[in-house]
Amino acid sequence: MATPAAENPKANRNTDVFLNGIWKENPVFVQMLGMCPVLAITNSVRNAIAMSLAVLFVLVCSNVLVSLVRKFVAKEVRIAVFILIIATFVTVTDYAVKAISVPIYKAMGPFIALIVVNCIILGRAEAFASKNSVFKSLLDALGMALGFSLALFCLGTVREALGSGTFLGFPLFGDHFQPWVIFVLPSGGFFTLGAWLLVFAWWRERADRKKAREAQSP
Amino acid sequence: MNNVSPMYIFIDALLINNFVLSVFLGICPFLGVSGKLQTASRMGIAVTFVMFVSSAVAYGINTLLLMYDAEYLRIISYIVVIASMVQLVEMFIKKTSPALFKALGIYLPLITTNCAILGVAMLQTTREYNFVQSLSFALGAGLGFTLALIIMSGIREKLELADVPSLAKGAAIALMIAGILSMAFMGFAGLGG
Amino acid sequence: MSAVGTAQDVPAPAKPTSSLYMVALLGIVSTFCGLVIVLAYQVTTPAIKSNLAQITRDAVFEILPETGEMAAYGIQPSGDLVKLEGIETDLPRFFVGYDKAGKVAGVVFEAAGRGYADVIRVLYAYAPKREAIVGFKVLDSKETPGLGDQIGKNKAFLANFQALDVTLNADKSALVHGIEAVKNGTKSEPWQIDALSGATVSSKAVGALLNHSTQEMIPLAVRHLAQLEERN
Repeated sequence: MATPAAENPKANRNTDVFLNGIWKENPVFVQMLGMCPVLAITNSVRNAIAMSLAVLFVLVCSNVLVSLVRKFVAKEVRIAVFILIIATFVTVTDYAVKAISVPIYKAMGPFIALIVVNCIILGRAEAFASKNSVFKSLLDALGMALGFSLALFCLGTVREALGSGTFLGFPLFGDHFQPWVIFVLPSGGFFTLGAWLLVFAWWRERADRKKAREAQSP
Repeated sequence: MNNVSPMYIFIDALLINNFVLSVFLGICPFLGVSGKLQTASRMGIAVTFVMFVSSAVAYGINTLLLMYDAEYLRIISYIVVIASMVQLVEMFIKKTSPALFKALGIYLPLITTNCAILGVAMLQTTREYNFVQSLSFALGAGLGFTLALIIMSGIREKLELADVPSLAKGAAIALMIAGILSMAFMGFAGLGG
Repeated sequence: MSAVGTAQDVPAPAKPTSSLYMVALLGIVSTFCGLVIVLAYQVTTPAIKSNLAQITRDAVFEILPETGEMAAYGIQPSGDLVKLEGIETDLPRFFVGYDKAGKVAGVVFEAAGRGYADVIRVLYAYAPKREAIVGFKVLDSKETPGLGDQIGKNKAFLANFQALDVTLNADKSALVHGIEAVKNGTKSEPWQIDALSGATVSSKAVGALLNHSTQEMIPLAVRHLAQLEERN
């Protein structure tokens, strides 16, 4: 009896590759990679979105390029080649952001350049793009970038809403709302991420318990 | 800006704007390596050494780049230099102290992706520090990183004996503690000002 | 059954990659990367320059509202001024705002100094006729949100800069009184800045950077006032 997966193995694996980055191997909440920008850039949703787009661009370009040259890159120099490629696209992003919006560029500060040492990008180049086809690498990059963006968005929303009382600059609560400034301060970054990890841990535990219960009841 | 004393820059990077707890650089090793006090202190010292050397070299490179009007090569040249620096430090430690090399294990090559190192180089460049200021900045940042790591690992070692709810075990509780530490360090505001 | 399989099962030992190949590979990758970077730089530089120029221009008009026209001057190492074509220069520079009648309304300077979190960059306007700072704007700050960043927003703090006294001494070589920030509520002299309560470090930083800048720039501007009036 052919299962749907066996009938269309390629299509299934492609969606798997894409969804992997968003949920199962979410770079921030599961793999705990690339933490620095997650804590630093999420004090407003606007900055979080800007960082997400920057990382998306670099991740997609570097994954695709690494995958394109994977057959030619000798094992010994692969890290050097990856770093060169990633640094190039980060430089491009740096200039692009500066040309698009100077205020956003100033708000992101050194963290645009720091994308080059973001473990997610080097990690995906090493673990996936150097061993898979261009199309799959593209999907992987998109998935991971979306997972990363999801994490940034979750944190950014909470921190901006509670810390400034706004969302993307639009006030959420009335004039009498006293914002909890701590949330846009560094401590707030730590607390918010810790809180989200608690939420996901609880969610996963619930799902595991449900599965265990279903497995027991015949 | 360039009249800021190196001593103030040192104290600033160490305490007032602690690299890990305020500027958010070096979080990955901070959460990953802070389990045991011994590993944490060793990692901190290795990072401080690499930071110090990289800062000096980055200053030299930046001077060269400015001379040739090639600022756009900054990111790529910094990261290549830092990666090479880590390799050199690794070889140096292997030769001079095999015991230390073994103790650091995999953490040494991981220093390359430590955003704190590149962070030091980038910040000293944007703030236009001179050579002495850059070095004291790197020293303060490295020691600040080590300090944060040591405090964190001390707390986490004690935590192992405490009754932490299963949901919070691991990263979640570490982050909560980091948040409280960060608040504590905010008390250093105005020091030396 | 022959034992043919054995020789075929063992894979041939991998040849170590030749150094020449590795060097060539790195060379090609570096060249490609270099080209991409330079291309991006060339494409974005005009946009970046015009963005920054626009922001500066807008800020000058904002803090010196009576400005009809604006000019920029560079300060050469010798102390002489050179009128700039646009507003870009490698020299230290300042701007002059001319009112509708064509007279100098004010001279606008950029100043920077270390704050609590990072460097604070400001723009301030000096009115020669009133011998005071009449406009102030924070261009760049990473101060604590809600506390230090109020130096750019808090109305009471900004009111400090509506008539901040910077009178020069008799021979116009230095300020009579340097600018200083004092504790909130204790401002008694026109050259003092009433600090923000809860943001002492940031307020003091603003006082220090303004003092440093005015000591250097105000005598310079006054010395060349005639040249600025004549617009050459």
